[in-house]
Amino acid sequence: MKLTLKIWRQKNADTKGSLQTYPIDGIDGDMSFLEMLDVLNEELIEKGEEPVVFDHDCREGICGSCSLQIDGRPHGPERHTTTCQLHMRHFNDGDTVIVEPFRATAFPVIKDLMVDRSSFDRIQQAGGYVSVNTSGNTIDANATPVEKDNADEAFNSATCIGCGACVAACVNASAMLFTSAKVSQFALLPQGEVEATRRVLNMVEQMDKEGFGACSNTGACFIECPKDISLENIARINREYLKASAEG
Amino acid sequence: MSILDSKIPEGPLAEKWTNHKNNINLVNPANKRNIDVIVVGTGLAGGSAAATLAELGYNVKTFCYQDSPRRAHSIAAQGGINASKNYQGDGDSDYRLFYDTVKGGDYRSREGNVYRLAEVSANIIDQCVAQGVPFAREYGGLLDNRSFGGVLVSRTFYAKGQTGQQLLLGAYAAMNRQINRGKIEAFNRHEMLDLVLIDGKARGIIARDLVTGELERHSAHAVVIASGGYGNVFFLSTNAMGSNVTASWKIHKKGAYFANPCYTQIHPTCIPVSGDHQSKLTLMSESLRNDGRIWVPKKKEDAEAIRQGKLKPTELSEDERDYYLERRYPSFGNLVPRDVASRAAKERCDAGFGVNKTGEAVFLDFASAIKRYGKEQAVMHGNHNPSEEEVTKLGKEVVANKYGNLFEMYEKIVDANPYETPMMIYPAVHYTMGGIWVDYNLQSTIPGCYVTGEANFSDHGANRLGASALMQGLADGYFILPYTIGDYLADDIRTGKIATDQPEFEEAEKNVRERLEKLINNKGSKSVDDIHKRLGKIMWNKCGMSRNAKGLKEAITEIRELREQFWNEVKVPGSMDEMNPELEKAGRVADFLELGELFAKDALHREESCGGHFREEYQTDEGEAMRDDENFMYVAAWEYNGEPSEAVLHKEQLEYDYIEVKTRSYK
Repeated sequence: MKLTLKIWRQKNADTKGSLQTYPIDGIDGDMSFLEMLDVLNEELIEKGEEPVVFDHDCREGICGSCSLQIDGRPHGPERHTTTCQLHMRHFNDGDTVIVEPFRATAFPVIKDLMVDRSSFDRIQQAGGYVSVNTSGNTIDANATPVEKDNADEAFNSATCIGCGACVAACVNASAMLFTSAKVSQFALLPQGEVEATRRVLNMVEQMDKEGFGACSNTGACFIECPKDISLENIARINREYLKASAEG
Repeated sequence: MSILDSKIPEGPLAEKWTNHKNNINLVNPANKRNIDVIVVGTGLAGGSAAATLAELGYNVKTFCYQDSPRRAHSIAAQGGINASKNYQGDGDSDYRLFYDTVKGGDYRSREGNVYRLAEVSANIIDQCVAQGVPFAREYGGLLDNRSFGGVLVSRTFYAKGQTGQQLLLGAYAAMNRQINRGKIEAFNRHEMLDLVLIDGKARGIIARDLVTGELERHSAHAVVIASGGYGNVFFLSTNAMGSNVTASWKIHKKGAYFANPCYTQIHPTCIPVSGDHQSKLTLMSESLRNDGRIWVPKKKEDAEAIRQGKLKPTELSEDERDYYLERRYPSFGNLVPRDVASRAAKERCDAGFGVNKTGEAVFLDFASAIKRYGKEQAVMHGNHNPSEEEVTKLGKEVVANKYGNLFEMYEKIVDANPYETPMMIYPAVHYTMGGIWVDYNLQSTIPGCYVTGEANFSDHGANRLGASALMQGLADGYFILPYTIGDYLADDIRTGKIATDQPEFEEAEKNVRERLEKLINNKGSKSVDDIHKRLGKIMWNKCGMSRNAKGLKEAITEIRELREQFWNEVKVPGSMDEMNPELEKAGRVADFLELGELFAKDALHREESCGGHFREEYQTDEGEAMRDDENFMYVAAWEYNGEPSEAVLHKEQLEYDYIEVKTRSYK
């Protein structure tokens, strides 16, 4: 199939960017969106132009590197799908496709479609862990049974890949879905209880410091999340935060 | 020929590790504050090592090319992690895990290392649970297990099909705790481009900041390489796009021996190649072989009709199908080890029974599992006479619960529903058992340069069993390296900070810069990917699932020619002092072009078949691998000597005192 691509090009964080038009032909439905960009890049190199820079690594939907705002939607039109798992069979011959980086103050553009998401790392560093040494000197893994429903729920929250689609989807560029997923994982497990108060307060504080917006419960984050992270996480972090504020 | 000293401690097998820990030097906590350690790579092996070293009190610097340590490719591991907990009471023990691993590796791994791995395995699970890793649980609240290939017990712990993700997030969380305490400084989007030696010791690295393009000097008292495997030498593999051999290759060129480069794992259950545009291959977890049955049609006409789309697989009756693994290996069936399953799939496809357009695919079928689980569930719900629809519905729910995310992934990529029609799968490059030679302490032949996880060669012999990579990565990082490195660092308590303005740093930086300049100024016409794809084809066709002397000799010549062409004709756009992914790729492919030749040389010299290394000249009448223990029961460790072709072979003889060496049989 033939497509017209309008792609955001920006040399670096300090220069202004703009949309550039690239016609492309010979696209097969079995190609992933990123493989389509590979084809474009090979053509650009051939012509002596600079290839389009974008983040990607595992290309199987788990590392969370890939991003891209495709036709205004994080990771494109398919639900529960990362850009690397989005296949060209979902586009039609003759389509014009607009490709931009994730947009948020807390995600500055590095180059073209690549953004800096280190703010997510810093939120996790503020308390997204259980303070236990890795010496192995701990109790037997089966000494503390965990109710299956809670374990499964904790797992579901923990499957967040940290891609930032929730932020890119949100009118306020809020990171509540991301932060709440991490807080929830630990809130649901007995191992996380001891530090629950400090954790939620510190992580929320760091999230605000990074310049993410407030949550106004539009739910766009959940709709665009490639891993189906539930809005219940946000309800849970609000409860945890209230409780911690009252205690703290 | 020199004899490599593996430094396996004296004493009975089960006491070696404890004795060793009791006898090695320790560093006093106050002195650890004055010692710096660099860790390159932040996957399970690197992330866990960094966290533990920082907890102990060392100053740690981590380096990864990804934008966050959490994205290292360990994240993509699906099926699970082994541990000899024997929670199922099915007869598991440290010895059995040790035995299975040595046998699975076709008697080409070191007894002492493997036993230690088995010994610490149970503790990994305790540790991870304490960190809040959400493993799968049963209704009673206790941990659940499943089975993996090559073993007869259920010892694999898992978190759906995302076990690697959950374990890596655990290690990343442990790192974050230390970053928050200021004990780890994380250099993300940084790539190590050389090792710096001072007086023969590893004392630092040259790294490139991938965002600004700047070259940086970082010093330390020891350097840990945990940068993963080199499967991407094949271009197409289940590795991440950025996975590379560069860190390992740089230390190899500085004196670290490279062991058994030809031992590559070709994983039997991957999604088949769909076309020339393909950039990577996707694994379908081995855990699927717990419930999926692998087959091709019995008759060639049927295979032909399926290929042409005239016949559906579901239209073939049971006796028209050849469940070839169950037929050839009745005692292990679909759960034979990976090397055996891969070769069997290739054998059927080469014989004309392949089932996709290219003839390079077999079926992985869940219909019987759906039926079996459905009936079980119906009975559990009190329905002793369920209709076929009820059975299918209940059975699908169970399968979805176990493998849901894998089925979804398959459907997204292939556009076919595996609940309704069997999956199509084919072997693909997945893991490399070969790697940098290390002794029992995980130290390479360079003093102060340690290697952990997939980047070393030590535990899996010629074939790795499923769910053992995660186990090894975390064992090395959490429990082994942090002890053994202390023995070396104990001599460094008075050294003080290593200055980076020494001539050795200057020289190393200059060499790195010149090489980058050469790549960027080369006004060639071939893209990096173009050459990488051609390297991959040579590797797959001549150093892939089966190899022979003629093909390997051709591969050596072809790779050498391609390497020359690369340096004459490669074209790298952009400049050095900016974010430039093409330049990053070019440097990595240049290293693959050298490693590839050593790989073929190693495969050519090993005149036997063992594990993942199958030489067509050495097979039984039934097509099974034929080892030559008399002449090849050794680790082949190659010393760099100017060119891959000039590499010097050193042999570490393998000795088996606690296990009887037999022909591996899964029949």
